[in-house]
Amino acid sequence: MELSEHIKTANVEDVTLRRPFHPALRGTLCVTSHHLLFSDRKDEASWQLLILLKNIDAIEKSVENLFGYPRAVGSSGTITIKCKDLLVLQLEIPGMEECLNIASSIEALSSLESVTEMYPFFYRPSHLTLNGPWGLSSTEQYYKQTERLWDRWRVSTVNSDYSVCPSYPSAVIVPREVDDDKLIHSARFRQGGRFPVLSYCHHRNGMVIMRSSQPLTGANKKRCKEDELLLQAVIDGSELGYIIDLRSAQQAQQARMTGGGFESKSFYSHWKRIHRHHERGKVVQESLIKLVEACSDPSHSVDRWLSKLENSKWLSHVHSALSTAGLVVECVERDGHSVLVHGSEGTDNTLLVSSLAQLILDPASRTVTGFLCLLEREWIQAGHPFQQRCAHSAYSHARLKQECPIFLLLLDCVWQVWRQFPLALEFSEALLLRLAQEVYASNYGTFLCNSEQERCAAGVKENTHCLFQSLLRPDIEEQYLNPLYEPTDLAIWPSVHPQSLQLWTGLFLRWTEYAQNMEEAREEVWSIVKEHHEQAGPDRTNNTLSTHCDTLTSFENLMDELTIL
Amino acid sequence: MEHIRMPKVENVRLVDRSSSRRTHVGTLYLTATHTIFVGEGSEDRNELWVLHSLVCNVVKHKASQSGYPLLIHCKNFQVIQFIIPQESDCHDVYISLSRLSRPEKYEELYCFSFNPNVDKAEREHSWDFLDLKAEYSRMGLPNKLWHVTPINREYRVCDTYPADLFVPKSVTLPVIVGSSKFRSRGRFPTLSYYCKENHATICRSSQPLSGFSARCLEDEQMLQAIMKSNPGSRFMYVVGTRPKLNAMANRAAGKGYENEDNYCNIKFQFIGIENIHVMRNSQQKLIEVSALRSPSMGEFLTGLENSDWLRHIKSIMEAGLFISKAVAEEGVSVLVHCSDGWDRTAQVCSVASVLLDPYYRTLKGLMVLIEKDWVSFGHMFSHRCGHLIGEAKEVSPVIDQFLECVWQLMEQFPCAFEYSEKFLISIHNHIYSCHYGNFICNSQKERKDLILCIIKEKAHSIWLHLWEKKLDFMNPLFKPDQSQNQGLLRPSTAPYCFKYWRRLYNRFDRELHPRQSELDCLMTVKEETQQLEEELALYEQKMAVLDKERAKTLYMQKGVLDSKQALWSLPLDISLANTPQDYIGGAPNLCLFGDQTKSSDADNSDQESGVADFSSHSSGEESLPSEDSVKDPDSDETAM
Repeated sequence: MELSEHIKTANVEDVTLRRPFHPALRGTLCVTSHHLLFSDRKDEASWQLLILLKNIDAIEKSVENLFGYPRAVGSSGTITIKCKDLLVLQLEIPGMEECLNIASSIEALSSLESVTEMYPFFYRPSHLTLNGPWGLSSTEQYYKQTERLWDRWRVSTVNSDYSVCPSYPSAVIVPREVDDDKLIHSARFRQGGRFPVLSYCHHRNGMVIMRSSQPLTGANKKRCKEDELLLQAVIDGSELGYIIDLRSAQQAQQARMTGGGFESKSFYSHWKRIHRHHERGKVVQESLIKLVEACSDPSHSVDRWLSKLENSKWLSHVHSALSTAGLVVECVERDGHSVLVHGSEGTDNTLLVSSLAQLILDPASRTVTGFLCLLEREWIQAGHPFQQRCAHSAYSHARLKQECPIFLLLLDCVWQVWRQFPLALEFSEALLLRLAQEVYASNYGTFLCNSEQERCAAGVKENTHCLFQSLLRPDIEEQYLNPLYEPTDLAIWPSVHPQSLQLWTGLFLRWTEYAQNMEEAREEVWSIVKEHHEQAGPDRTNNTLSTHCDTLTSFENLMDELTIL
Repeated sequence: MEHIRMPKVENVRLVDRSSSRRTHVGTLYLTATHTIFVGEGSEDRNELWVLHSLVCNVVKHKASQSGYPLLIHCKNFQVIQFIIPQESDCHDVYISLSRLSRPEKYEELYCFSFNPNVDKAEREHSWDFLDLKAEYSRMGLPNKLWHVTPINREYRVCDTYPADLFVPKSVTLPVIVGSSKFRSRGRFPTLSYYCKENHATICRSSQPLSGFSARCLEDEQMLQAIMKSNPGSRFMYVVGTRPKLNAMANRAAGKGYENEDNYCNIKFQFIGIENIHVMRNSQQKLIEVSALRSPSMGEFLTGLENSDWLRHIKSIMEAGLFISKAVAEEGVSVLVHCSDGWDRTAQVCSVASVLLDPYYRTLKGLMVLIEKDWVSFGHMFSHRCGHLIGEAKEVSPVIDQFLECVWQLMEQFPCAFEYSEKFLISIHNHIYSCHYGNFICNSQKERKDLILCIIKEKAHSIWLHLWEKKLDFMNPLFKPDQSQNQGLLRPSTAPYCFKYWRRLYNRFDRELHPRQSELDCLMTVKEETQQLEEELALYEQKMAVLDKERAKTLYMQKGVLDSKQALWSLPLDISLANTPQDYIGGAPNLCLFGDQTKSSDADNSDQESGVADFSSHSSGEESLPSEDSVKDPDSDETAM
């Protein structure tokens, strides 16, 4: 079925648009295969609102005059559109039939299942060409850049046809002494084939962060020699490594009943296991839903607000993610030990913890490019199932399947780190907000599909544009940069005390008046810094001042000479 | 000194609150004014000074293996734990401190022994820094509708009011006297704020003694006159800041609130703010939450909710917002009262003033506002802050709540305030520390009568001191010209806009705060920019002078010099030493890590420890010599 067949009414005139904190507007509404377009006809410089249909999480319609004739005078309907970026809009559409038509088109077109029908496959802006490079980094590049790895580690292409682990990229970094055959065995012993691979090598001491999924020990405590050898090779003779298991000890025990399990002390004698409980899946998704619901009603009393905030548990998830990341960093940086991180599947919390740990440890991941590379390696290539996790956001009434806002949780944690170290990150809150939006609905192909394998099959790289490439164009927008950026080589240890963690107002209160004042403050920061650059910048002041000095000194000499004369 | 049973204890351990395993060993000294702990070990000179007047309470804990723990809770929310090896020493310190921290007479307070190195003239000058008369004339008073009544010059009509009070010109002395007799403690309606633009006013008073049916003609005339003094309006609001139930209960005791039927053209409005006892308990709960060691997120949020503190802050803010909107948007005058008119009334009037008038969002403006609405109008600082030993039931964090309302506004409007939260925290600290004489006593009369001589003879005023340090308190984001910072601020009172004030309640828990400060960094950047601008201006001025000279000399000597141009390129290093490369190179060091700055002052927990010092200040001084070193042919003209 062609997409256009979903559209029964393409244009409606005299639609009223209501947005929070803006006056209502009248104009024309237009539905296309991928967009909802509202344009205000009155002004010459007409104002337009363009919303990707994929950004729409839920729509609610209320039709007045239900029993009247379809085109009876005064019959109209109201559609409330709730977007995945948390914006809520209302459209008053004259004519009941039009209203229902529009609503059903939006419903159908906002929940397309087939990847190749999605907008990134049709997005062809004039300033971008499809032949350009796609993506920023790869396993091979990371290996090449990290000299410390060359000695003891190698790039394995055992997964080049995605048969060993369907969710891994084609190349992974593993200890040099472990051959591909052993990797295949280890993969069979791990859920989804996600055998332990290198995620990060610490530039100070060469200690590494590994990640994997849980071992399939099952009820009768199966073991796998190759898996044990692989981990032994990771620590290579040093005393100890840490396994950070992102489940409680009890949950890890229970996992054995369903074929999963954990690394037992007797078979992995050089590894010390630490359990940290992290919520996952549905619980986190519901947490987001509750938080957004709490934020959407400004008429609550303070008590009710605080109890809803507490009840949503969102900040508790932020707290545990940052604490566990801090623990990993402590192991690597302070104690000088390597770490293996895993939960169950190793595609969600595992990635959250390992990438946060890198942000805290590694100055290179705090630049714009470094951060985007980190996301690319640790989330996109590492096989976080974006399509499943971000199918719906906080408003949807659809039955939850695989949705889970783990990536949003990552962005929130990064924001918390930035609040505590406002000079340490090269990028700004605006970049985090942009990513929070793009991950749910995008013109670009970056967040499509669930793994490299799927992306390959769908031809994502050939047929869509890359978000990260476009963000990094030479004229990278100023708003994505932190004007106060001052790189530091040190680890930036965030405080995880509840008093230190805050609600991410920039995201969750994005569409309230609150955000407008913050915008003003952000502009003022820029103008202070710019003014400073103007005065102190090498171009202007140096020139002006040194010309002045030049002239000044020469005149003084002139005067001297004159006196002599 | 006679209270010090134990001037010195050795081998005392100071427990680090962030991790109880870390302790510092040192010697504890008790002096007449401070408890001093000097840590051993030469490399980190480790000193802790705690003013006795800041001590809230001292608690002995159960003996542990390592000794006898002594916990000191301070009014600025610092908590200090010592472990003393001998039980008898611990007891002696406990007894001494308990006495020293509860002075019985004003004369024992620290402000009377604090003696900075300034002479008498300077001290007296410090008391003249703020002038309330000037503040009223800034508002546009006196004018043809309002004037100062001499009636309270001797504090005979109302002993808790200031001597100078503004009332409508049309009101006669008998009316004032009559009205004052009909109001609790004689606190008749008088002006607090006057809005030049539309003549609307905020007036304040105590509750009327109306009971169920009593009336007072003079009081009714008084309100009528206030209403009429705002020619544009047809009615006025009377805002009762107590919960309606409390106000009704007061009727039974012959007090209460105005009956709309008896007063012409008033609209009575209840805005429920709880009383001082509720607020005291609420803050106590909040302090307990803030002092929890590594609570879970849930425990913290539940504790915050159960304290009700933010709910109270919101109710004060809403009352202030109602009044400021009535004045600015409706142009209607408002009379505010609670019971006695010195707690909730002071809060609400001053919050409304901050919302209404950008002046109060400047450093000097906030000082004046506190001096006017709180100090002069008889907020009972000594009772509410527990300066002297006395009724525990009189203590209440009323002024804390006002300062917090201002902080909440700063969080919502980061560009609207000239000062930063450091200023608020510093004021808070000084209100409790009794370091300066301003917040001693409960009313202007008490201050004048009882100890006028010693306050002005011996104590110093805080305001000049803060003003001199104003660079430390500036908000770099302040944009006075921004249109939305002009006139009325319209804060959102949505519940998510009220936040926990970590910088105040966890002020001394360093590990809880951001490790880098955005505002400090911006301040440094701003100062550098200004220096550079000044430098540039200086050069341009010199250029102008030289241009003139050149015009003259070249005209005279043109031919001679042409051949010698090559010689003119001369050593520029002296003047270049101070050019921008220097600043660019220096900038990274100047972008201060909170840690570094704090560590410099954290250990002497002096009153100013909340204030980071900017190492960048020195660069301003460094730049001076090299400016001078550029030889100036005509220094008189170019001097700045």
